[in-house]
Amino acid sequence: MEFALSEDQRMLQDSLKGVLNETASLDRIRKIAVGDAGEAAILDGALTEFGLAALMVPEAAGGLGLGALDACLVQEALGYNVAPSRFLATAVAAKALAGKADLLIASGEAKFALALTEVSSRRDGAGVELKGGKLSGKSLLAQSVDGATHILVADTAGAWHSVSAMDAGVTVMQTIDRTRTFHEVTLDGAEPLASVTPAAEVLALARLLVAADTLGAAQAMIDKAVAYAKERQQFGRVIGSFQAVKHMCAEMAAKLEPARALIWHAAHALDIADEEGPMMANLAKAHLAEVGTFVARTATEVHGGMGFTDLVGLHYWYKRIGVNRQLLGSPEQARQAAAELQGLVV
Amino acid sequence: MKLTLDPQYEAFRAEVSQTLAKNAHLAPTADDKGYKNPKRLAWQKFLIENGLAARTIPKEYGGYGAEPDILKARIIAEEFARSGLPGPMAGQGISMFVPTLLELGTEAQKQAYIRPTIHGEMIWCQGYSEPGAGSDLAALRTSAVEDGDHYIINGSKIWTSTAKQADMIFCLVRTDPNAKKHEGITYITFPMSTPGIEVRPLVDMTGTANFNEVFFTDVRVPKSGVIFAPNKGWQVANATLTHERGMLGDPNATKARLLELIALMKTETVNGERLIDNPMLRDRLMKLQAEVYAMQANGLRITTSRLQGQPAGLAGLVVKLQGCDLNHEIARLAIDALGELGILYEEGEHLRSGGTWQWRYMYDLGLIIGGGTAQIQKNIIAERGLDMPREPKLAKA
Ligand SMILES: Cc1cc2nc3c(=O)[nH]c(=O)nc-3n(C[C@H](O)[C@H](O)[C@H](O)COP(=O)(O)OP(=O)(O)OC[C@H]3O[C@@H](n4cnc5c(N)ncnc54)[C@H](O)[C@@H]3O)c2cc1C
Repeated sequence: MEFALSEDQRMLQDSLKGVLNETASLDRIRKIAVGDAGEAAILDGALTEFGLAALMVPEAAGGLGLGALDACLVQEALGYNVAPSRFLATAVAAKALAGKADLLIASGEAKFALALTEVSSRRDGAGVELKGGKLSGKSLLAQSVDGATHILVADTAGAWHSVSAMDAGVTVMQTIDRTRTFHEVTLDGAEPLASVTPAAEVLALARLLVAADTLGAAQAMIDKAVAYAKERQQFGRVIGSFQAVKHMCAEMAAKLEPARALIWHAAHALDIADEEGPMMANLAKAHLAEVGTFVARTATEVHGGMGFTDLVGLHYWYKRIGVNRQLLGSPEQARQAAAELQGLVV
Repeated sequence: MKLTLDPQYEAFRAEVSQTLAKNAHLAPTADDKGYKNPKRLAWQKFLIENGLAARTIPKEYGGYGAEPDILKARIIAEEFARSGLPGPMAGQGISMFVPTLLELGTEAQKQAYIRPTIHGEMIWCQGYSEPGAGSDLAALRTSAVEDGDHYIINGSKIWTSTAKQADMIFCLVRTDPNAKKHEGITYITFPMSTPGIEVRPLVDMTGTANFNEVFFTDVRVPKSGVIFAPNKGWQVANATLTHERGMLGDPNATKARLLELIALMKTETVNGERLIDNPMLRDRLMKLQAEVYAMQANGLRITTSRLQGQPAGLAGLVVKLQGCDLNHEIARLAIDALGELGILYEEGEHLRSGGTWQWRYMYDLGLIIGGGTAQIQKNIIAERGLDMPREPKLAKA
């Protein structure tokens, strides 16, 4: 038995971290967060060059043929740097539309957005219907719409479709997390370019990637809290020498380390098509939502008033974790799915 | 045990409720923004004249001049909560500085400051924290050096709420650098317009500048601004902090938010189901309701202790810690209940309650930290409430 990342996976992780350290500095993220398109393009260019688009496409179709675990490592690194990226949308589209849009995705010709919110939750009359072969309706909080050529949209009957972004009306929905953009997508008789009925593995992968993003963001918050606790002095000593502060940091680490292993395990299970894969991925989505919430608050508390200010920028991580918690299904919904997937709900 | 009020108090309640109902049209609305908004000033004046604000402040200082009566104060707070009308002005001047002044100020200081402060015409900020002195407030270094009947102040403060709008500051400065750290501090007041003061707004995680950095360069202020006595500032500051912590954990405010959350969960739907009909969300709501009721009942115990002139003990010490945590948890449930729509923050078709819940989810975390962090509150509960030994001190720096 060997439960560890492969040499290749560690290399993938390290080289992506290197790229992100150079191109996704907090300084640049701050600019992107206020809508600086030039700065966003620099980061996007670096990630495209790194080859993120083709990562999940089979080698036969011109991709790298990597799997869910590799994708999780990528998403974790993006979360660590609160970097905006189309990667999650691309990976999910590649999985959902396997064999149907592979070449276009691998070449970068098709840039996908995800309009899947209503798979879990329909609010404010949202929902896209397929009638007479045409799609109409709206989807809220679609991801990665800026610059997309295609949108992967779920209909109310459970099928997913690829549509041209040109056939969609889009309106910005500004969330608390300004590192990423979200849109309301409106379709009015759009023609599906491809249609699939996704297996449980696809939504599971999407949720798992959101969890991996939270893992990275939470790890970054812990690292920052620990560094701050070793530096900041009060009462003539570093605050990290107070048990109260040490225990806050230790508790965060104690919760996050096993959560990392859970993600690896769930991803590996998806990769080897183990029947427990989708169930574990859903558990991971829910669990990281809870652990992330705890870390976001606790790491902020370790920073005292400094954590509440914009000065250290900690709030970008706090908000990213807060948004991830709700994306593509609440913790309760993911746990319900996990129960159903193992036959506990009859 | 007796939870009903005597007839005289029931009559008082009816009177308060009528006064509020009859004059609701005078109340400012959310559109009447800004500290010295005329509508808000007029409402405050009306409230004071009718004994609904500054009730126990003596008439000679501009207050209503009633005898202190804790039950009447409670009734007023409850009736405001019930009516949904904006209550009396609060803030650091009214809630923290005025009580301190009444306790420890000179006659001239009371005459000068109380009337305009309670009427909202004089805004105050609290200059305590410094970059190197947060939890360890007594480590503050802003210096005040004597110069005839003045002090010359140099140094800086951080996280000073409302410094940008404030007319005046109550400030802790070091007047005796050679004394032990708690003994060389002076509590002093002076105008924010004094030459040499620079205020730089600090943006916080909510995206707005709720607080500031304040820099003092050779700021010359009269000694008459000292409250109580030079080098006795630590005692004065502790008096104010007690008022602050009471304000931060107010169970009536928490109860009002819980009611908002219940209303939200009764009207919002997801997948065609009302949120309140979702057993998991409802269970979380009920857990929080139990805590809110507990904090309200805890408040009754504190009130009773005060009526009997007894210290409130643990019941009092836990209010800031529990109350602030509860506010944060209520905001968290509201966001979870709204799901994907709960993450919206800017104006738009799908935004709920103007983004208030997200704002609170951040600002309430700020209040878990501000006014003495949760960890410091726990130290206080353990050391003062449970009589546990202090952590051993390292050798003095
Ligand atoms: C929203 C908000 C409004 C504020 N408004 C004002 C204002 O108007 N005026 C003003 O003067 N100040 C204000 N403050 C400042 C506030 O009082 C301080 O932030 C607070 O006292 C904590 O100090 P610090 O930020 O320096 O954190 P630090 O003291 O550096 O604390 C960092 C961490 O170390 C922990 N820690 C420190 N000492 C100990 C110990 N002995 N044992 C265990 N743990 C410890 C803390 O709990 C915290 O987790 C405000 C702060 C906030 C967040």
